[in-house]
Amino acid sequence: MGATASKLPKDQLSEYQELTFLTKQEILLAHKRFNELLEREDRQQIGGSRVPMNKILTLPELKSNPFRRRICQVFSTSDLRDGSLSFEDFLDLLSAFSDSATLEIKSHYAFRIFDFDDDGTLDTGDLEKLVNCLTGEMDNTRLTSEEMKQLINNILEESDIDKDGTVNLSEFQHVISRSPDFVSSFKIVL
Amino acid sequence: RRRRKVLEKLKEAVDERKKLIATLRGKPWPMRKKLESQVFVEKYEGALGKGRGRRLYAYKVMMRKVRALAYFYAFFILCLKYSGHFGSSVASYFLFLRWMYGINMILFSLTFGLVMVPEALMARPYGSIPRKTVPREEQANAMDFAVLWDFGGYAKYSVLFYGYYNNQRAIGWLKFRMPLSYFLVGVGTVAYSYMVVIRTMARNAKEDGGGDDTSFNFSWKIFTSWDYLIGNTETADNKFASITTSFKEAIVEEQESRKDDNIHLTRFLRVLANFLVLCCLAGSGYLIYFVVRRSQKFALEGLDNYGWWERNEVNMVMSLLGMFCPMLFDVISTLENYHPRIALQWQLGRIFALFLGNLYTFIIALMDQINLKRAEEEKVKFNMTIWQANLYNGTLPENSTAIPIMVDPADVPRGPCWETMVGQEFVRLIISDTMTTYITLLIGDFLRAVLVRFLNHCWCWDLEYGFPSYSEFDVSGNVLGLIFNQGMIWMGAFYAPCLPALNLLRLHVSMYLQCWAVMCCNVPQERVFKASGSNNFYMAMLLVILFLSTLPAIYTIVSIPPSFDCGPFSGKSRMFDVIQETLETDFPAWFGKVFSYASNPGLVLPFLLLMVLAIYYLHSTSKTYKHANLELKKKLQALREKTVLSSDTARNKMSLQTPREKETELNAELCVIQCNTITIRYNTINKISAAYNSMLI
Repeated sequence: MGATASKLPKDQLSEYQELTFLTKQEILLAHKRFNELLEREDRQQIGGSRVPMNKILTLPELKSNPFRRRICQVFSTSDLRDGSLSFEDFLDLLSAFSDSATLEIKSHYAFRIFDFDDDGTLDTGDLEKLVNCLTGEMDNTRLTSEEMKQLINNILEESDIDKDGTVNLSEFQHVISRSPDFVSSFKIVL
Repeated sequence: RRRRKVLEKLKEAVDERKKLIATLRGKPWPMRKKLESQVFVEKYEGALGKGRGRRLYAYKVMMRKVRALAYFYAFFILCLKYSGHFGSSVASYFLFLRWMYGINMILFSLTFGLVMVPEALMARPYGSIPRKTVPREEQANAMDFAVLWDFGGYAKYSVLFYGYYNNQRAIGWLKFRMPLSYFLVGVGTVAYSYMVVIRTMARNAKEDGGGDDTSFNFSWKIFTSWDYLIGNTETADNKFASITTSFKEAIVEEQESRKDDNIHLTRFLRVLANFLVLCCLAGSGYLIYFVVRRSQKFALEGLDNYGWWERNEVNMVMSLLGMFCPMLFDVISTLENYHPRIALQWQLGRIFALFLGNLYTFIIALMDQINLKRAEEEKVKFNMTIWQANLYNGTLPENSTAIPIMVDPADVPRGPCWETMVGQEFVRLIISDTMTTYITLLIGDFLRAVLVRFLNHCWCWDLEYGFPSYSEFDVSGNVLGLIFNQGMIWMGAFYAPCLPALNLLRLHVSMYLQCWAVMCCNVPQERVFKASGSNNFYMAMLLVILFLSTLPAIYTIVSIPPSFDCGPFSGKSRMFDVIQETLETDFPAWFGKVFSYASNPGLVLPFLLLMVLAIYYLHSTSKTYKHANLELKKKLQALREKTVLSSDTARNKMSLQTPREKETELNAELCVIQCNTITIRYNTINKISAAYNSMLI
């Protein structure tokens, strides 16, 4: 903050407000937090600068999240595919994780986050990486390979409708839409 | 008029633009793409539209600002964020607290604005009539802090309690109908509460929509079990552990069938546990009854002979029971060996039964006291006639119109005002409950945390991991406490208009204190599992409490005659007679006639019968709708699976496209939207030019 911080122009603020699910306070707060992450020189032109992924991961809201790297990579529009986020990407992130976002938006982005190899479907490799993320990094909490195989079999049995061995977007959305917990747990508040 | 038409057309144009942008919001595109399409839209806006449309838009923005201000306290958002560190269940407690605060704010504004303020401003001031003056005997210590804290003295003879209000039909230059207002506010607070609770329940039920499917057990575990609100490493580790455990449990359950060995032992232990709990409940009920009887004995002998404990025995015992019995239930439930979720439901049910039993025993005791006071009232009425005769010193015959002797209001003998007594009891109960909660918070959480942190260095075993360690934030216990507190407010608000104000203050302080306690002294719960289905469970409990707490108040209003010399209904035979009186005097004659015809039993009974039939009919139609709903759901699921299979083949074709083809397809979508925008703009410009043409003509 301080004298070098740039203010968000009013018409841009109202544009962002119309295009995302965030309220004005939330956008201003996001602007402030994004500013703090930027290098001092970049703070004047907040529109064009990008924050590298390792800095985004220092945010307390993302620090303990097992999917933090995937989240950065999914929302990043950088050509270098390095997971760096511009301010608009950051707003997209917060909008998708906000309270008022629709189920379609959330399930779409959840699918992209879980798709570790970015091939448009969740295959066995993706599901294995997903389970390993969820069970933590310690060795004593990981599942054995038999348990892993059994778990993935059960998941594919439930969700894979066309029996092609992978879960695609429509099947994923079908499963998610019946879940009562998804919308309330898929939330990040700054 | 023509200008208004033009403005309307412009408003339509603005609304159409908004609809378009709303569709953009729901698209999972990066911001850049959305902005580029919007920029395209704005190019065709035109200077005229931008000017006027902007004013409307600015007005809408201002309304949003006002609403936002009304809803957010800065510290509260901070609180929500920090409690989010512990997962969404603690955050949901604070959201519930905020919702309660909103309800209490409305109740407070009703009682304050329509009851307390008119009486304070427009009615006769303190000291003018007997009911508004402290009696001569009590004036010596009416200003003492101890007396005021007990809500006696000047606090008792003020707008805070029922007894102060005068029964004058219309007061002040506004001719404000005070007794009518008092009665209607009492009824209105209950009606408003019912409406709000039922509306919230209906909204929650709509969102729920049948989430008790078990067909996607594993998929849900893997896709939806992570709580993205967790921002604390400790909570995250706990969550990892619980997810792993649930995976392993589910896998084992799926693989082999559970062998129920020792089922007889488990059953016996469960029966034993329930028996112990029943003993506890009966014991606490008897204890309260015993204590209340004792306090009646004290009251008969005069409270001045006894110390602080005897005076507040009932309240303290009730608060202490409410504090220790749940812990006892927790210990007993370890015998039962249930799944944690089921154990929680049993625990909540038992605490509910405990609080309910305590409250109703308290009310029964209060009824006894009311009857005592009414017997006393008869005696006082008899003594009044003697006193009045003595005033005239027996010199004048009874029916002559003599010059009335001026008597200081403080000297007039006073009847025992049972309504004020009831109000005082409730206020004292709530204050002692609040004090107990805060003291347990300070000692149980804060002091414990301080001791564990500092004594850990010089203690034999690790205080932080073993006993006693830091305390967890008990969400369900706190929610139940909040619900019962609200029940007490609803019960006593008719007799003590100051109760909603008191509750508002209490909730405000609670918000800050509990927020601080959660941030500083609590650790995240070990069993981090979601209470998502419990939302409607707490609402249902609130509804039951609302019903049960308005019952005693309604009973006293309908069946007990009001005191003869205090309150807005003094002199009437029943409190609801004020309605009859208003109908007779304030409304035209035909209104009264219509009402008297309508309240004829010959009309009321068939009407009741009709309502019962209507309820039966609606119930049966709702059952058929539910059945039809289920059938449709099954059909929809089958249809969806078919669509998934067919769209898969289409998608497989699409995924074989090169990125360039994908981009052209997305661009085609973009062009379609832009075309729509241009058409809308063209139509708008047409309409505006037509309007201008008509204006010119």
